[in-house]
Amino acid sequence: MTSVERHTYDVVVVGAGGAGLRAAIEARERGLRTAVICKSLFGKAHTVMAEGGIAASMGNVNSGDNWQVHFRDTMRGGKFLNHWRMAELHAKEAPDRVWELETWGALFDRTPDGRISQRNFGGHEYPRLAHVGDRTGLELIRTLQQKIVSLQQEDFAETGDYEARLKVFQECTVTRVLKEGDGAGAGGSVSAGGARVAGVFGYVRESGRLFVIDAPAVVLATGGIGKSFKVTSNSWEYTGDGHALALLAGAPLINMEFIQFHPTGMVWPPSVKGILVTESVRGDGGVLRNSEGKRFMFDYVPDVFKDQYATTEEEGDRWYTDADNNRRPPELLPRDEVARAINSEVKAGRGSPQGGVFLDVSTRMSPEEIIKRLPSMHHQFKELADVDITKEPMQVGPTCHYVMGGIEVDPDTAASKVPGLFAAGECSGGMHGSNRLGGNSLSDLLVFGLRAGLGAVEYLNGLGASVPTVAEADVTAARDRAMLPFRNEGGENPYTVHLELQQTMNDLVGIIRKGDEMELALKKLEDFATRTKQVAVEGHREFNPGWHLALDLRNMLLVSLCVAKAALERTESRGGHTRDDYPVMDSDWRHVLLVLSAEGEGSVRLERQEQLAMRPDLLDLFDMDELKKYYTGEELGGHRSGAGAGEGGTA
Amino acid sequence: MSSYSAHFRVWRGDSEKGDLVDYQVEVNEGEVVLDIIHRLQQTQAGDLAVRWNCKAGKCGSCSAEINGRPRLMCMTRMSTFEEADVITVTPLRTFPVIRDLVTDVEFNYQKAREIPAFAPPAGVAPGEYRMQQVDVERSQEFRKCIECYLCQNTCHVVRDHEENKTAFAGPRYLMRIAELDMHPLDAADRKEAAQEEHGLGFCNITKCCTEVCPEHIKITDNALIPLKERVVDRKYDPVVWLGSKIFRRKTDA
Repeated sequence: MTSVERHTYDVVVVGAGGAGLRAAIEARERGLRTAVICKSLFGKAHTVMAEGGIAASMGNVNSGDNWQVHFRDTMRGGKFLNHWRMAELHAKEAPDRVWELETWGALFDRTPDGRISQRNFGGHEYPRLAHVGDRTGLELIRTLQQKIVSLQQEDFAETGDYEARLKVFQECTVTRVLKEGDGAGAGGSVSAGGARVAGVFGYVRESGRLFVIDAPAVVLATGGIGKSFKVTSNSWEYTGDGHALALLAGAPLINMEFIQFHPTGMVWPPSVKGILVTESVRGDGGVLRNSEGKRFMFDYVPDVFKDQYATTEEEGDRWYTDADNNRRPPELLPRDEVARAINSEVKAGRGSPQGGVFLDVSTRMSPEEIIKRLPSMHHQFKELADVDITKEPMQVGPTCHYVMGGIEVDPDTAASKVPGLFAAGECSGGMHGSNRLGGNSLSDLLVFGLRAGLGAVEYLNGLGASVPTVAEADVTAARDRAMLPFRNEGGENPYTVHLELQQTMNDLVGIIRKGDEMELALKKLEDFATRTKQVAVEGHREFNPGWHLALDLRNMLLVSLCVAKAALERTESRGGHTRDDYPVMDSDWRHVLLVLSAEGEGSVRLERQEQLAMRPDLLDLFDMDELKKYYTGEELGGHRSGAGAGEGGTA
Repeated sequence: MSSYSAHFRVWRGDSEKGDLVDYQVEVNEGEVVLDIIHRLQQTQAGDLAVRWNCKAGKCGSCSAEINGRPRLMCMTRMSTFEEADVITVTPLRTFPVIRDLVTDVEFNYQKAREIPAFAPPAGVAPGEYRMQQVDVERSQEFRKCIECYLCQNTCHVVRDHEENKTAFAGPRYLMRIAELDMHPLDAADRKEAAQEEHGLGFCNITKCCTEVCPEHIKITDNALIPLKERVVDRKYDPVVWLGSKIFRRKTDA
């Protein structure tokens, strides 16, 4: 029988990107013994890939900025489907989270008066993104990593053990959240709703050893799902682990139909297709042109944004030097709009030779300026594509970048529907509605990472002596499931199944969706549900990537099912969900959330749920004319703007 | 360029034994070495162990030695080789092998812990930090580091001298000290510790670290040499020397 190591902590944080590390810092600083589990080496999490910046209304570059403006931009970007309370907390707390990073050693680019510089980005009314060139994510992850180390140094000084209160389990993967005895078993079945979290089950990648960490609180911060798609900016880690762990623990997901296809990924060479080209290129003046040389974005400004974007190239160009008296160029529309526009241009035969469109920054800035402001883009294109972006345009096209959907959480505490289970960052849902603005991700990680850590602390304080214990039958079931690919003799190669799953999602549930194609996708996913359980791996358990992938397939399948099912259900187009057969945004859908729960490893159930109505003082921050574009008359009929647009609320 | 079949020799094995294994594998236009390693995994060697994450030169996971040169596999284009070349991929030599191309890089995490963290200035509240761009740029260069450990792997002080590992932090972490020392608001004095505790004196500025840095950080010229100069200033400046004597007498008393 395969043995299982055992550890005990107060809280386990699954994931070591921005959200996970911020949660762990908070939990440790408030006295909890904290374990962080990361799939890769410490400091390599996907946060490192974030380029452009972190959105926070510090008002360093334009003093007109404040949390209300940021809140409005976020709600507009998400087409008013966002959980308004999350958007409110995020807008209010983001500046403090950025300033806090400076006290931990972060070095952002500066304004002439020595404050943190802020840059323009799509959908943000003012220059708002704190940044370090185009490697902001690296700065964020390194700063948090170094803060963790500094806490460990404190513990070492006190106890002689760096890991006395905060330990990072590197290159480990969690395959189940364990709960107290509920008789459900953890093999392929879903835990019962009411039971509390009691720990996690996982394996050490290096040795293949299996482990259980007993812990009454678990924070999921595992990031996204991009590896279910063929063309993606996401790394191998993004296999929807947290989404699937929550589903199998009985916690539902929301908004899974909304997937952000970033408008600008590399399109050539084929092996790097999908790798991100930062939005900063456009924020700093890059223009998009088709094969006819036309700045086509002027043809794609949707009605809801008509008042905020320039209608001529001249006005758009003037905006870079005089933002107060001109409207911004349409290259800086929210990402969903730009991605759709590029897709349409390519489809209409006006694409670039390599199947994208042209993105040119060489005509706007001097070579020195480009190398200074966009160093990693310059490096990336030079090294990987033989293109010098200071002299010639890049060729770019949409790439699967971010999932807006995720675990349904309480905005204030980040608690999921399962007691003791928390979620923050990309794997949680609600904050970004149907589409996330660039720069709002890094700030989301910090704001809700902290809140998840705090939520776990408060939950534990409320537990008292009644600490849940892991149901041992669930450990056995989780172990058997983890070892399954070694028993499946003669089964399929996991790499083959993965490639086909990615192709299916890319072709049938991609950037532009059709009802019949998604029905076909769901049919195919039924087959995949059998195949993912039957994959076989060769070799043994020591650092065996085939085995790791075989286990990740379960998660990718579950999230793919959620995406396809919700996307088929929502008969409108909104944000990161575009239906060819229902091309129009429909106000009757704005207040509907699609909630997904697992019925097993290979099937999910969908229900509709009403979105919580926005607090009146927040609604008052918008003009009635704008709200009418999104809300039904019935919804607005009841709202009479009497109260002032002040702060209010409970924050 | 059309597809062709390349001759790869990949080190397979574990901490106890291992050998180079020959493979013939398809190569397509625009591919990098990591693509070829992935193709091997997908088609011929499902259990071939390799670390990687971002595949864009940003995370520093896929470090290996390619024809003996320490490189990131994701940033080494196949077009830099001739079609007839034999391409040999081996794990980083300075760190113990776990399996195949994966090594135990714990050494680096230990060293990271030994460098005291940023010391925030007293009495400056969050949000009140003021620094000039020109002053942060020096440390910003070092913060470009993606921790691929190619410099740690290459540095001859530890590459073939296991015995130096205890006393020597390696270029990456000496650079970290320089980064903190040049941080405009860091409140700690780090010069003496750099020399006495982290082995700055071992470095004899052969610049091997700079040569392999995929981020093109001038580790030797911009971090290590200036740090050495600062240490020397401190050690041999007669005024500083006198001051330290007086200061010591005071604290001893």
